[in-house]
Amino acid sequence: MRALDRKLLRDLRRVWAQTLAIAAVLSAGIMMLVSMQMTQRTLDGTRQAYYDRSRFGEVFVGASRAPRAIMAEIGAIDGVAQAEGRISFNAVLDIEDMSDPATALVVSLPPDGARLNVPLVRRGRLPNPDQADEVAINEPFGQAHGLEPGSTFRAILNGRQRVLRVTGWLLSPEFIYTIAPGSLMPDDRRYGVVWMGQAAAEAALNMGGAVNDIAVRLSRGGDERAVIAALDDILDPFGGTGAYARDRQISNAFLDGEMQQLTVLSTFLPPVFMIVAAFLVNMVLGRVIKQERTQIGLLKAVGYSTADIAWHYLKLALLIGIIGIALGWGLGIWLGFAMIALYGEFFRFPFILYNFSAAALALSALLASLTVILGGLRAVWGSVSLPPATAMSPPAPPSYSRGLIDRLLDWLGFRQTTMMIFRSIVRWPGRASITLFGVMTSVALLVSTYFMFDAINVLADTMFTSANRQHVTLVLNRGAPQRAVTDALTLPGVRQAEGAYSMPARLIFGHRERLSGVQAQFPGNTLARVIDDDGAVVSMPAEGLVMPQSLAARLGVSVGDIVRVEMLAPPREVLELPVAMLFAQGLGQEAHISAAALFAAMRVAPQVNSINLLIRPEELPALNDAIKDTPAVAGLTNWADVRRQFDATLSENLVTMLTIQTLVGLITAIGVVYNAARIQLSERRHELATLRVLGFSRGEVGFVLVGEMMLLTLVAIPLGWALGYYLASLLVTAMSNDLMQMPFVITRRTYALAAVAVTLGSLGAVLLVRRRLDRVDLVMALKARE
Amino acid sequence: MRGNDESMSKGEAGIPVFRVEGVTRVFRTGAVSVQALRGVNLALTEGEMVVLLGASGSGKSTLLNIMGGLDQPTEGRVFFRQQDLTRVSDSKLTAFRRDHVGFVFQFYNLVPSLSARENVALVTEIAREPMTPEEALDRVGLAHRMHHFPAELSGGEQQRVAIARAIAKRPDVLLCDEPTGALDSATGVQVLEALTQVNRDLGTATVLITHNAEIRRIAHRVIVLADGLIKSDEVNATRVAPAEVTW
Repeated sequence: MRALDRKLLRDLRRVWAQTLAIAAVLSAGIMMLVSMQMTQRTLDGTRQAYYDRSRFGEVFVGASRAPRAIMAEIGAIDGVAQAEGRISFNAVLDIEDMSDPATALVVSLPPDGARLNVPLVRRGRLPNPDQADEVAINEPFGQAHGLEPGSTFRAILNGRQRVLRVTGWLLSPEFIYTIAPGSLMPDDRRYGVVWMGQAAAEAALNMGGAVNDIAVRLSRGGDERAVIAALDDILDPFGGTGAYARDRQISNAFLDGEMQQLTVLSTFLPPVFMIVAAFLVNMVLGRVIKQERTQIGLLKAVGYSTADIAWHYLKLALLIGIIGIALGWGLGIWLGFAMIALYGEFFRFPFILYNFSAAALALSALLASLTVILGGLRAVWGSVSLPPATAMSPPAPPSYSRGLIDRLLDWLGFRQTTMMIFRSIVRWPGRASITLFGVMTSVALLVSTYFMFDAINVLADTMFTSANRQHVTLVLNRGAPQRAVTDALTLPGVRQAEGAYSMPARLIFGHRERLSGVQAQFPGNTLARVIDDDGAVVSMPAEGLVMPQSLAARLGVSVGDIVRVEMLAPPREVLELPVAMLFAQGLGQEAHISAAALFAAMRVAPQVNSINLLIRPEELPALNDAIKDTPAVAGLTNWADVRRQFDATLSENLVTMLTIQTLVGLITAIGVVYNAARIQLSERRHELATLRVLGFSRGEVGFVLVGEMMLLTLVAIPLGWALGYYLASLLVTAMSNDLMQMPFVITRRTYALAAVAVTLGSLGAVLLVRRRLDRVDLVMALKARE
Repeated sequence: MRGNDESMSKGEAGIPVFRVEGVTRVFRTGAVSVQALRGVNLALTEGEMVVLLGASGSGKSTLLNIMGGLDQPTEGRVFFRQQDLTRVSDSKLTAFRRDHVGFVFQFYNLVPSLSARENVALVTEIAREPMTPEEALDRVGLAHRMHHFPAELSGGEQQRVAIARAIAKRPDVLLCDEPTGALDSATGVQVLEALTQVNRDLGTATVLITHNAEIRRIAHRVIVLADGLIKSDEVNATRVAPAEVTW
């Protein structure tokens, strides 16, 4: 080994702690890139393979009742490769281990087996088409209730009570994310999927020879939009509810949301860490070189070229880079496996096709190398180009001058140790900026991750507290006269009942259209209400539609415009309604109208299709029992249970998630503050030792070091808040889609938490360095001249 | 100016400020141990100006550091007035330095980010009964340069700022380690004048390390160290003014 290379390794050992701090920042970026790309590609590939193997549909459409014969016509649409019709409907289930009713989506299986959306048998077998009481259930629901093949449960199918026998557990690409309509999160106990033979389903729903749920697979190059339009045309006479592609298929849309989040994070985060790492390399290498000034002069004097010496120090930067890359790859792949395991379990993929994303590995290595080289170049160039004689003589002392700030500080009467802090910042603005940037980044990262909890809280608050104050919602099989509301008052334990009416609808304005919904608002209702972003109840004007600004923007309508409303369920009216009012609501995507105006336009007597109840909690079991025997009710939502499930799912991973996010978020602050403090200590060892000799205590001398870092931290916090606000807004835009609108709210608690975490992180880093200050040998420090 | 016999006689009869009793100091680095002091006994009285002479490695800096509370002896004891400086806590030593000792070093050790006045203020802000920074700088003839930063001052001026900083707290003892070592003769004389003037006007006991034998002539007493032991300890019969010293 050449002597110079041996020196390199010893230099690296000398600055090992700082090397580790830089490598940690660098590896955090690489870890993000590698783990998220790996997870995203693995999940994407697995999902694609799962979809292909199970022949998951590409376009879907519902209808009230279409003759099975129409499937031939659909199969003949240009661009359609395969089409399959079935029957699907909601049912209330009475499971033995559960006092409240569960709900399920019942879907029929063709007698000769499904050719699209083919379910995968995980246990037992498919139901026998000739056995009307045999069903298969989705695996998570089966596991949640221990409904082993052979066991039975009761169900209310179209108002008739039946006992069904489980033959097996299935998984299907349609129900990767099994989420009940109107819920925020999957609840495997309260919502399941039931597969039943076609004949049995037809009989249960009185739909012999008919279908109400159609899936289509496109031929290669098939035009999705054209197929959707053709399907809507064909099904129009049969109560078609509007065809949609996978992007609106609920399970797939939620998966898309998760993938999108991974993509966004793996795009935004790594560059931030890389930039900070480049600054750190620059800072540390600059310091190493400054300390070795005379050695550089000596090397030159004995004949090494400037390029030789520059390369020598760049190798040091590259070594730091290599350590960071190795660390980042290792951590990234480990985290990738952990994330894939977590997602795999959550989505219950039947298999996982790992994809290590060679591209991400290569890209991260390239980025990291570029980072350290760019960071190193600037530090190397200034010093190694000095003539040998200049390099060998000690550097001139740093010069200071008095400016306006000094006069101000004088006037404020600060102590001299405080003056030293201010002067150091003013004298090395570059270094102070790097510290500011690193700390600011940390605060921003924490704000933009903690804010997710704010968003979820707002979702939950709106959903559970202000918008839905009812205890229980009964979903009716079909529209009923308002008398049904008074009937509901006779159910056990009911204190108050209010009717509601909502309808899936296509809203059309000019060439733009949205699949959405219309909700009738009954005067005097106090349970389910429309709430705007400020938490105020939106009151309905006598006439016209009221819609969230975001929906209006997507349709391009403003107040006074006439919107065409096509109802997608019976009675399938087409109405032309004026827009009366817009309001700010981040979450909702539905239009509202006063009940009087809606039913007047429809020229029918007012109806309800769901009933909200306030109940006496102690009578809930009696109510549950009554509902299980009430044919008109298709389902029941117990909001307290929904909330409990929601909170449980959330808190399950909360502490782990918060810890990981906080650690990753703090890496830049800690890395920057630690390195800056180390460099300060090394450069000002002499000065700080002088203070000790003059009779300053350890604490007073430590103040000079700690004070500067903490002052910079305090200045960086508000900047980080602003950057975090911006990052969060980017995330909201990236992660919101047609089915999910993420609310953009950041609470003071989030800002405060981020500030406290970063302050503690910085303080910890600088105190670690302060301990070294305590160990400085005063006599040696005073003797050594730089 | 001839020797200040008045303060000299006061010094001989005066109260001891420092008592050094049988002090040894061994430095151990790895397997090697170096004995810097081998049993030094010394007493220093108030108002005395002592020059400590000796070749490099004779132990004079080690002795000065121990007297100043920067280092602890391996064996033996050091008393400042009634206070035992050996085996006391770090915070006691810090307090001792803060309240009683002024240091002047060969390389000035000024804080580069503070102006001359602010370097002095650094000490006056934590001292018990300090003079004002202006007064301290005036005593070393630098009142007109007080707003300059170290980088804007000559070596001699920087050293005089260091002296001003050392005396501003009205210390009981002034410890100077080669204060003229980095200076040319003419500038060195200015620094020595500042030191003798402070010794005369404030009565501050002063210990001055040098390896320049010429400087011995300005002291009341000259102690020569060799190999960690006191080789000679003599009272100057006649002192000369710094201006008469050249090297």
